[in-house]
Amino acid sequence: MLRRVLYIDLTTGESWFEQRDGLFEEWLGGTGVATQLLLEECPPGADPLSPQAPIIFSIGPLSAMYPVMTKTVAQFKSPLTGELGESYAGGRLAMAMRFAGHESIVIRGRAQRPSYISIRDDEVKIRDATSVWGINAMRTGVILRDREKGVGRRSIIRIGPAGENLIPYAGVVVDTYRHFGRLGLGAAFGSKNLKALVISGTEDVAVPESRRYREVYNRIYNMVVQTDAMDKYHDIGTPININVLNQLKGLPTRNFQSTSFSEAENISGETLADHYLIRRVSCAHCPIGCIHIGMLKTAFTEHHEFEVRKVSYDFELIYSLGSNLGVKTPEGLLELIESCERWGLDAISAGVVLGWATEAYERDLITPQETLGVPLQWNNVKGYIKALENIVKRPNDFYSALARGVDYPSQKYGGQDFAMSLGGNEVAGYHTGPASIVGQTVGVRHSHLDNAGYSIDQKAAKKQLAPSAMVDQIIKEDDSRGVFNSLVGCLFARGVYNEENIVDALASVGINKTREELDVLGRRIFQEKYRFKVREGFDLARQRVPRRFYETVSTLGMVDPETVEEMLRLYRQRRGW
Amino acid sequence: MQGVGPEPAAGAGPESAAPAKKPRKRRRLKVAHPERCIGCLGCMFACSRINTGRASLERSAIQVQTQGGIEGDFVVVVCHGCDDPACVRVCPTGALTKEPGERVKFNRDLCVGCGQCADACLVGAIHLDGDKKAVKCKHCGACVAFCPHDVLELETVES
Repeated sequence: MLRRVLYIDLTTGESWFEQRDGLFEEWLGGTGVATQLLLEECPPGADPLSPQAPIIFSIGPLSAMYPVMTKTVAQFKSPLTGELGESYAGGRLAMAMRFAGHESIVIRGRAQRPSYISIRDDEVKIRDATSVWGINAMRTGVILRDREKGVGRRSIIRIGPAGENLIPYAGVVVDTYRHFGRLGLGAAFGSKNLKALVISGTEDVAVPESRRYREVYNRIYNMVVQTDAMDKYHDIGTPININVLNQLKGLPTRNFQSTSFSEAENISGETLADHYLIRRVSCAHCPIGCIHIGMLKTAFTEHHEFEVRKVSYDFELIYSLGSNLGVKTPEGLLELIESCERWGLDAISAGVVLGWATEAYERDLITPQETLGVPLQWNNVKGYIKALENIVKRPNDFYSALARGVDYPSQKYGGQDFAMSLGGNEVAGYHTGPASIVGQTVGVRHSHLDNAGYSIDQKAAKKQLAPSAMVDQIIKEDDSRGVFNSLVGCLFARGVYNEENIVDALASVGINKTREELDVLGRRIFQEKYRFKVREGFDLARQRVPRRFYETVSTLGMVDPETVEEMLRLYRQRRGW
Repeated sequence: MQGVGPEPAAGAGPESAAPAKKPRKRRRLKVAHPERCIGCLGCMFACSRINTGRASLERSAIQVQTQGGIEGDFVVVVCHGCDDPACVRVCPTGALTKEPGERVKFNRDLCVGCGQCADACLVGAIHLDGDKKAVKCKHCGACVAFCPHDVLELETVES
């Protein structure tokens, strides 16, 4: 086992390793370890964009060892919410960290001028990046790819202009098509003058007993490729849910004014797969290949001359930049996704902000003077493209307000009832019922992936669940995901990595844990995250739920505020708060 | 997608010299459908896991490379079993040998890590691992079972 933390101080240009056996023994890896490092490194009350606020990356003990253990967790103090920032990305980063020999990386300080970090095995260099500052995220990847060694085994993560301009919902693009999207890691990079990080390595990993390792590996591999545990990701991918949720009245449309979209079929996973999909690729060491790449072909003259762009699409993006903005055409949708990709903006937050702005414009809360003449109207893709640029460049107060996330402009201009955020984070693409609302409110990073409330609602649509049962399931998911995210597996494989498989896989790499120990660990990790959240000012008792959630029908019918209040009360009670 | 059996790597065991029979046939790994590759690197991990007991990219005899990044094409580089292999000709120690009708055999103990085989192979199918020993595909087919998209095939060829 590696159990090694790489520390990089951008202020001094120094880097060093520390062997932290105790830390990894107690907290396993991934999010468990990252949370402890964040608590150690981040002074209470630190400005998220100051040199004092650290950036932490962690992988887990099964990274690069087992199929679909493909993710890396990033932790930081979120410039969007001011509390726990946590985001996950796939691609090749976890593998590259593993083979470079660093299970965690801590980045401190601020570089004097635009820089990027180059890591090859033990060698760490901080290099000048002034010549790529201002260049979009996609192009930056291409440039660094030619500059740096390690073809085929490296990972290149970088920000676009949104991160450089400290937009609190700027993301970090990972190896093309993957992202640390949520909660503003891109701005944290920008605040450190950090344009990119390139990492590769040549180490390998031995196991105590290779026969046992192969046996457990084969069992898990077979579950991944043969059973239906991951079926939906094989074919259409996550966008299969566009049609599903639309039929269930759970697909947020035009800023949650509706939950079914008459044009959903046009932008559905099926339509995209049939007519736009050109290839699928996968993260390193995942046989699924769920990364769907669509071809956006646009004629720029009448003489059959085309611009061809390859755009990766997923469910959440189709919601936020598609149905939520009333966008009816696949071309318009793909163009908006590509725009976020270039600027390096989180697509969910960007779509929710534009959704609010469109409705506010419709209701005359904001004027054409404020939008600088940009028509913010449903399905007006050109207007939205310009608005995204303005958000990143902030030419006036209005766009500066939009650049702060949806809460701020709704406080300033009105329209808080339809400013769709929970816990300060723009919401994911579900209006399935109370569990989705409560789940994102209580979740450690206010993400649909904290506890999958949307999935609990969908279960309740088939077989009625009392609010208390929903709360119990949210808590169970909160806690068990603490363990899975410490292995840093892809959540699409959570059905494959049941408790037995996790225990056996860990044992095969020399880590002996019982189910009971893992249960306790999951709960403790959750509590530690809340320790950070509360320390930084988060108060679950004072969370705002936008009224719009109660005005629009959900998969489970109209949601009433009393149910949500009751669930939040039960949640605090069960947690002992 | 197909799964794998309990012992996936038929013929992945230790080197053994099969008695020569007529007609001479040998198994050869073929990159049958490179354009189907999704870049999961499952073949590389299978090769190192099954042949060396480790998780490693360096120790894999098959290499998946990107051409122009993830949005470009994947290239699968592996020994294609030449009839008159340059790697054998340049090996100064006899670590690489080939009998007529057989595949190239590699004796790791004799390898001194000079890298001449790697230079001689224009395909780029041989490289040195972290211990400065050549990594050379033995056409065992371990990778084939772990390719989710049927990029790889194990074919039988007459020599």
